[in-house]
Amino acid sequence: MTATLEKPPRAEEKAALRHRLAERGIDRVLLLLVPGVVFVVALFLYPVLYGLQLSFQSKDGGGPLANYQKFFSDSYLFDTIWITLRLALPAALINVVASIPIAYRLRGRFRGKRLLTTILVVPITLGTVLTAEGLIEYLGPVGWFNKTLQWSGLIDEPVRLVHNYWGVLFSLIITGFPFAFLLTLSYLSGIDPSLEQAAATLGADWRRRFTRITLPLLAPGLAITFCLTFVLAFSVFPSAYLVGLPQGETRVISIAAYEAAFRDFDFPLGSAIAMIMAVVMLAVIGLVLAWRSTLYRGATGGKG
Amino acid sequence: MMASRAVIARPSAWLVWGAVAFFLINLFGLVAYVVLNSFSTQWFGTWLPDGLTTTWYTTAWNELSLFDVLVVTLEVAIAVVVLSVVIGGPCAYALARRQFPGKKLLTVLFLLPILMPPMTYGIPLATVLYKFDLAGSITGVIIANLVPSVPFVVLTMTPFIEQIDPKIEAAARMCGASTAAVFTRVLAPLLIPGMLAASILVLVRTVGMFELTFLTAGPGSQTLVVSLYEAMFSAGIRAQQAVDAMAVIYTSSMLVLLVIALRFVNPTQLVTRLKETPT
Repeated sequence: MTATLEKPPRAEEKAALRHRLAERGIDRVLLLLVPGVVFVVALFLYPVLYGLQLSFQSKDGGGPLANYQKFFSDSYLFDTIWITLRLALPAALINVVASIPIAYRLRGRFRGKRLLTTILVVPITLGTVLTAEGLIEYLGPVGWFNKTLQWSGLIDEPVRLVHNYWGVLFSLIITGFPFAFLLTLSYLSGIDPSLEQAAATLGADWRRRFTRITLPLLAPGLAITFCLTFVLAFSVFPSAYLVGLPQGETRVISIAAYEAAFRDFDFPLGSAIAMIMAVVMLAVIGLVLAWRSTLYRGATGGKG
Repeated sequence: MMASRAVIARPSAWLVWGAVAFFLINLFGLVAYVVLNSFSTQWFGTWLPDGLTTTWYTTAWNELSLFDVLVVTLEVAIAVVVLSVVIGGPCAYALARRQFPGKKLLTVLFLLPILMPPMTYGIPLATVLYKFDLAGSITGVIIANLVPSVPFVVLTMTPFIEQIDPKIEAAARMCGASTAAVFTRVLAPLLIPGMLAASILVLVRTVGMFELTFLTAGPGSQTLVVSLYEAMFSAGIRAQQAVDAMAVIYTSSMLVLLVIALRFVNPTQLVTRLKETPT
């Protein structure tokens, strides 16, 4: 009897606790998160932390920072940061800047828009190898590009455009531009056109409408676009091998990391370089996002 | 308004269209050169090849054991798609339906594998997989490819689930449907577009994913991109045309996938949706 008397309040308490948790959004539905979270923790977080820990153990002995000291004192390794930035920053900048006017032209509705968008997106399907093969053949000394230039009399000697800095830069533009363009187009179509029309009725010409209305509203989106294309360009790996000069001008940081880990089997050094790579990349993104936080980020009045 | 813009902005419009045309012409030339070269008997320094042939495709098929490579690619891609939807789908549901403490942190955790370049976490990941003897096999390749795919499914499917009115689920429950029935009869049919979109994008990404597969694949577990890279990297021993033929096969399969994907997903919409997730 006493048991049955005691039971109801306890059940109530339990219900109350469950209720309070549910009010904060914690209930059984959250169990659905478990597989995904376990997966990401086990296969992303754990390897990254393991690599971080590994990077403090030098293969040749020495202090915990030996791998990092090696990286920063060896100019063959250290210079890869600048080589990578010298490729990735211009590539990301060109992709973003070039996609603004094109997206600006294409944002309205017109016939053939879908076709043109599809054509501009096609480079995504090319893949690194076809791009690399194409660049080597098309821009090569006897390729169509040099042949056309020579035939038109603009140059006497073929221009060297592959197996150097330019080859990798072109490859980064070809693969990175579609992403930048798609993102910019979507951000641009999220801006309500009536804002610009209002400015037009107040007498602003297109230049002022663009610099005073569209660009400020677009800038936060451009910052994100820049970050994403920068990440793509910063981790350039296969094309630096195939169309670049992998032991010289385009020895990017991912080549250094790969060679350390899988050619010399120095996993600690490879992990250390991978960590440095992540830090440099996050530093650039952090700078861009810090700039972005100073911008207007309210409603853009559009569907986006 | 449209007319006035067209008149005033004419020089800049010409400049923009000129730049687009220049880009597209060069792109077309680049692709055409590779396609033409893959069909050519011999091509040294002339405008056009000496003759046309299809033997390079047979060479690529036989010498590079393309059939096996395609089977591996298909296995990896299907396994990654199915597993990432199975693991990521429930997560997306919970993220779409509930506000809970730590949700922002979780979102960042799911964003990181997508935003980080594969090389940075791929090297430690491959090291760990080698430690557990998983790398060098198809299993290792699948696991490595799942790492960015699961979060990708979560982030693509969340907005699709948010669009489904929770009242529909509540109504089904009112009518006495069990959890299983709510899922199979109500949620699943409504979610098919979202699942298709996520699956196709994961498929495209997996077939095109070079770095992670490259770092974890062994001799028998290379997907098409990686064996293509290997073929080009050791180009000295192979005719360039054979490599080109293989690249053409890769690109045309990617093109088919992309065209299918564009039928189901509007890329601009997708990006706008992704934008809404807090970064």
